[in-house]
Amino acid sequence: MNDTEVLVQQLITGLCNGMIIALIALGYTLVYGIIELINFAHGDLVMLGAFMALTLVAFFDLNGASSGPAAWVGLASLFVIVPAFCAGVNWLADRLAYRPLRSAPKLSVLVSAIGLSFIFVNLGLFWGGLPLELFGGGNAAAAPKDFPGLIGNTNLLGAGNVQFTYKDLLVVLITLPAMGLLTYWVKFTTMGKAMRAVAQNPTAARLMGINADRVISITFMVGGALGGLASVVYALYNNTIYFQMGYRIGMDAFTAAVLGGIGSLPGAMLGGILIGLVRALTDQYIATMWTNVMVFSILILVIIFRPSGLMGAKVKDKV
Amino acid sequence: MPRLRSNLHFVFLAVAALCPLLDTLLPEQLRFADALRPIFIFALLGLGLNVVTGFTGLLNLGAAGFMAIGGYSYAIATCDIYPFQLGFFGALLMSALTGMTAGILLGLPTLRLRGDYLAIATLGFGEIVQSIIRNLDVITKGTQGINPIPAPILFGYVFQPENYLPWYYLFWSILTVAVVVVSNLERSSVGRRWISVREDELASACMGTDVVRAKMSAFIVGAILCSIAGALWVSYLGSTGEPGNYDFQISIIALCMVIVGGLGSIPGVLLGALVMIGFNSILLTKIAAWINSLSTVSSTNVLASPNNWKYLIFGLALVVMMRFKPEGLLPAGRHYHRRGK
Repeated sequence: MNDTEVLVQQLITGLCNGMIIALIALGYTLVYGIIELINFAHGDLVMLGAFMALTLVAFFDLNGASSGPAAWVGLASLFVIVPAFCAGVNWLADRLAYRPLRSAPKLSVLVSAIGLSFIFVNLGLFWGGLPLELFGGGNAAAAPKDFPGLIGNTNLLGAGNVQFTYKDLLVVLITLPAMGLLTYWVKFTTMGKAMRAVAQNPTAARLMGINADRVISITFMVGGALGGLASVVYALYNNTIYFQMGYRIGMDAFTAAVLGGIGSLPGAMLGGILIGLVRALTDQYIATMWTNVMVFSILILVIIFRPSGLMGAKVKDKV
Repeated sequence: MPRLRSNLHFVFLAVAALCPLLDTLLPEQLRFADALRPIFIFALLGLGLNVVTGFTGLLNLGAAGFMAIGGYSYAIATCDIYPFQLGFFGALLMSALTGMTAGILLGLPTLRLRGDYLAIATLGFGEIVQSIIRNLDVITKGTQGINPIPAPILFGYVFQPENYLPWYYLFWSILTVAVVVVSNLERSSVGRRWISVREDELASACMGTDVVRAKMSAFIVGAILCSIAGALWVSYLGSTGEPGNYDFQISIIALCMVIVGGLGSIPGVLLGALVMIGFNSILLTKIAAWINSLSTVSSTNVLASPNNWKYLIFGLALVVMMRFKPEGLLPAGRHYHRRGK
């Protein structure tokens, strides 16, 4: 591989990982935009989604060799059931943990979110101990799980050195339409309008007859569904999942959301892609061990010099 | 009872001083006093965080970063592979100084940020410290950690790992000194400024408080206490351990101690440390030992080990706590600030 090919390859990898990160960052930014909560449990929700996906893979008995209509239906069902599951969990979390705290100080809600993140991680550990063959027979709950390579590694660019595989294609084919749909939903539907109204001013929105609690619930569900979608793509792309992965993924996605301007949807997408590229390029040209330092340094520099992020609007402190 | 209430921390410390005595009366498998040592250390960590988050209202998610800096400074100052080999107090001083420097370096650019952004900056700081320690293996020995750390020698007395009592009273005394210092600071003009910044930054600034300076002083005091906690932790373990031990979870556990006890309440921090760390290092180990002695359950089952339930219980406790008693177990009494006693 010559230098250009290496660069192009890293850009492809970075772009694909970045799009997955962007999908998760959208979940952070949606929730932050509407109730100003840094949803610490979101990364761990994605982890639960990935475990759900692996359970479904076991249930449908899918593996790299399966083909035919049954396999396709099974694969497609992952993209329906897992987002629905994550949306449900996020709805439940909002209903039980966050909604009673709507008028409480912001710190209380944040602590509640941290508590939920602990609960999710622990549930993930238990989930990994299920006596299924794919989970290691229930003997090594904490061990990373192999996610079967359901999507082929065939290079779509022919015999060249640069690889663009079915997996990369899958990431693009899932994330881009999801982002498009979300943008459409927020911009052009009544519910999207209601969401923007609640984000801007909950009291005024209530006075206009908007059921703010319902809007917030739906926002949580949409954020959860995007996280669920991302978890399936992540598992199919990276082929390994473990119960503590939520923290790392969550941090990347959260950094992306802040980088783009938290509360801004295009910002989260741009931020996610940038973080993916930064990670890939640091891995290649500096050293893997400095990648996290790089990501967090960018995070700190952005919030020091441009707290509103790349695409966020400048918000004045409310007095 | 407001006076007893606001001095409850001294009652706790007095009871803690008597625990080794009580311990001798208990049967072997119920003894717990040696397991109070990490609780003292974490109480110190919580005390530092309480100054920043409890008194001044700045959410700090990087306490573990300061703890790591303090711990590694102590290790470098004492371990015989480095040229310094200072005594116990010299090394403690060095940890406090490096911790303070780190606090100033982090605080200078970030203390002007508002709430959430400061929290994220501290979180990033904690992660960066951990990664840097792991990667600079020339200085920090990377993932091996620095060991062995020589046992402290105080006034000619060498601390032995087998005998927990000298350690116990050493940590107890340092914690007591810290509690006295922090509770006096709370009632001083500096402390009042911290609390006024927490209650209303704008009003406080209008009354002439230099807000950034007040925040910086809180940050420095917090950083020093957290680094000393780190130094004691390293001396207690006899090793710095793996850099991954100073991760986000430690920061969160410290934050939980402060919140469970009651933000801004010194007796609350002590109780919070007892509840959170005691649950982990005393109750869970006792239950695990008891289950092992039954030996009826297969040990490979993930549900069989009480340690695997830890975060579920922590998490549930936090969520339930925020729902029903968000002010904490021993909320800071406001009455005595108002009366100025």
